[in-house]
Amino acid sequence: MTSRMQTVRRVSLAVVRKDLRIEWSSKVLLNQVAPFSLVIMIMFAFALDNEGILQRVAPGLVWLATLFSMLVIVQRSFAVETADGALDALRVAGTEPLGIFIGKSLALMVQLLALELMLLAIALVLYAVEPTAMGYAETFATMLIATIGLGFVGTLYGGLGAGARGRETLLPLLLLPAVAPVLIGATRATEAAFGSGGAQSSEGWPWIGLLAVFAGVFGAVGALAFGPMIEE
Amino acid sequence: METVVELSGVVAVLSNFPALAGIDLVVHRGEIVLLHGPNGAGKTSVLRVCAGLLPIERGEGSVMGVNLRTHRESVREQVGLLGHSNGLYLELTVTQNVSFWASTVGATEQEVALAMQRMKIDGRLAHVKASQLSAGQRRRCALASLIVRRASLWLLDEPHAGLDTAGQDELDAILQSAVSSGATVVLASHETQRSRLLATRVVKVDGGLISGSES
Repeated sequence: MTSRMQTVRRVSLAVVRKDLRIEWSSKVLLNQVAPFSLVIMIMFAFALDNEGILQRVAPGLVWLATLFSMLVIVQRSFAVETADGALDALRVAGTEPLGIFIGKSLALMVQLLALELMLLAIALVLYAVEPTAMGYAETFATMLIATIGLGFVGTLYGGLGAGARGRETLLPLLLLPAVAPVLIGATRATEAAFGSGGAQSSEGWPWIGLLAVFAGVFGAVGALAFGPMIEE
Repeated sequence: METVVELSGVVAVLSNFPALAGIDLVVHRGEIVLLHGPNGAGKTSVLRVCAGLLPIERGEGSVMGVNLRTHRESVREQVGLLGHSNGLYLELTVTQNVSFWASTVGATEQEVALAMQRMKIDGRLAHVKASQLSAGQRRRCALASLIVRRASLWLLDEPHAGLDTAGQDELDAILQSAVSSGATVVLASHETQRSRLLATRVVKVDGGLISGSES
């Protein structure tokens, strides 16, 4: 392993450990984001008060709730970096930006995955969806691949908005259009997994492939752009 | 004597404004140099040029042998810049903060313990969250982070700001101890009464230029 890759690995581990430690200490995901996403899911259930419709649109609702909750997690992830100038300090210290990007992305992915599992459980109960064994496998594959893409894109845009004035409103404006392909791909794949509207399980895998392409593209763009972006 | 900082006719621009208009400065290892001047004189810009954050538009500059015109990013690992904020994670404890900075450079737990001991933030303070620390304690935690990062040039912007007299005394002792351990310190301040006592040399900065120097 080259010296640079060793540094990237060391910084990534330090950053992911630090971010998860902050979450463990503050419990924002547990005490604020999870209840927020639960409320979204319940409000959807009230708004579409029909079991047939709910079952049909459950995949889209799960992913919309994921995206809205992700905005809170990303803002939080970079708020802790800017509260006392830690992101600046990392930059000033010449800390490997690729390591920061990977570390923050991984921490975001872990939190998103935990949230998605909770949202899936809520969907099973509230929206009465009943996936088959193959459907569950497809759902978990969708979650995993979509989360990788969301983690990369969330970190990239979070870093972009970190130093900006009015970042609370800027982030949704920038991030939501960028994650539209994930919303579409993940919803179609989950529809196939849930069998919503008579969809077949086999129809989901091409969408999972598309999600993997999206994850790869944003991973590569983020790896290249994150350093110059926080430098600005 | 080993030269740590060498700036020659350095011009640096901030938002189309010449923050430095041809600075000449030489700092040797083991010195504590005070940059003194009014607000907007260019003191912070000198620190940022030395930290490799502000590009040099004209002139030549090097820090610890690294050419600031061509490789300014490379110097950052050896330099510790402490500005108005401390760069701490407020929801982590003192130990977790210092350990985080240590882990980014592969420093050992022993180095963490030593740095905390030197900054007197071990013991009871070690497990207190940074958000619950006083201004002086936060500053000490930030300085411990500089130590574990093995920074050999310390660039401090208004380091005494926000500290009470006892905190300022502690900071001075810390800087003297850092210098005796082989570090070099450049600090910027418009409050000179205390800093003059600490500095081995005072450099006056005004209008982006060096206007005088006294030992």
